[in-house]
Amino acid sequence: MARLSYLTSAHIIAGVLLALPGLAAATELRGYSVDGDAIPQSLTGRAGDATRGRALVVERSSTCILCHSGPFPEQKFQGDLAPDLSGSGRRWSEGQLRLRLVDASRLNAETIMPSYYRLDGLQRVGAVWRDKPILSAEQIEDIVAYLVTLRE
Amino acid sequence: MRSFGAITAALLVAGAVGATEIPQAERRSGYSFMKPDTRAIQDEDTANPGMLWVLDGEALWKRKSGATEKACADCHGDARTSMKGVAARYPAFDKATGRPIDLEQRINSCRSNHQQATPLPFESRELLALTAFVARQSQGVPIETGADPQLAPFIAKGRELYMQRQGQLNLGCTNCHDDNWDKRLAGSAITQGHPTGYPLYRLEWQSLGSLQRRLRACITGIRAQAYDYGAPELVELELYLMGRARGMALEAPAVRP
Repeated sequence: MARLSYLTSAHIIAGVLLALPGLAAATELRGYSVDGDAIPQSLTGRAGDATRGRALVVERSSTCILCHSGPFPEQKFQGDLAPDLSGSGRRWSEGQLRLRLVDASRLNAETIMPSYYRLDGLQRVGAVWRDKPILSAEQIEDIVAYLVTLRE
Repeated sequence: MRSFGAITAALLVAGAVGATEIPQAERRSGYSFMKPDTRAIQDEDTANPGMLWVLDGEALWKRKSGATEKACADCHGDARTSMKGVAARYPAFDKATGRPIDLEQRINSCRSNHQQATPLPFESRELLALTAFVARQSQGVPIETGADPQLAPFIAKGRELYMQRQGQLNLGCTNCHDDNWDKRLAGSAITQGHPTGYPLYRLEWQSLGSLQRRLRACITGIRAQAYDYGAPELVELELYLMGRARGMALEAPAVRP
């Protein structure tokens, strides 16, 4: 449901951003601006909800803990392909975390971290996932809100 | 958001360059990643559920079928000698179609042409049983797939598919199975992707299944569009993977988690 609501409420922002060069592929996504290695502004214009964010991080379908581990003692199966999420909020600013979720490939073209909020440059996406970002803008803000609380 | 043609090209090139192929001496069967209790299920014929399919396959091998009223055994005789080493050479080049075909397709082509019987559907109990029975005759035989020079262009295509990032998660086979095979995806060991034991019994499936079934599951896992059973792309990928495992011993019917 979150996905549908961002699609409808994003039209005005997207319309403004479409006037800028290089944004044509992002018609269904909210625009954002990258500053250095960060996206300083919330994708939704609002702060996310850290409690919902934690629930999303440990949910298998979000894909986070397939590769990452973290302070989730109740989760028996966690991955070790990627850094432990403990201390994320100490290592990175909110804006840095946001860009790493939205499109980590901007920082490292060879990364295995998927771009959670990107539609372009993908090949052969399965029909049920086509033209949808992995996470909605709201979900990304919730996860960012949770990750910044991980100080240790 | 950006001019994605050039970036995609750059990503693909980077993906191919970044991938490190596994040195011959470090190659490991999926068996070696399993816990001792799962290995024990594979090791004992009486405990290995895959042997139920092998036994069914043996019965089918002897059963007359199709308009010609011939059984596999009527032409091929005792499978223990005639089929020994055969599965270790598949997928193989098929002169009739000018393409590689896998063992399941070979069995179906034999049914159509020599028995004048209807082909068995992919993943049907009967096709898995016959495939398992034939593959079982090569247990312990080193994989030789890919030696035929006519296969070279198809191996190259399979390798290209293996390297290519795809799907919503934008991952290629190589990102996990060459670069991260010593790690864990959630709780599961990431193996090197050597298809040494197919068709094999997966505890997750509670069934025997083909390599194509496994590849389709992995492709869906990266949220890409799975190829249809029998699609040339899947056979080329099977071919590349079997060639990549050349020299490793066939284990069919293997057991995997």
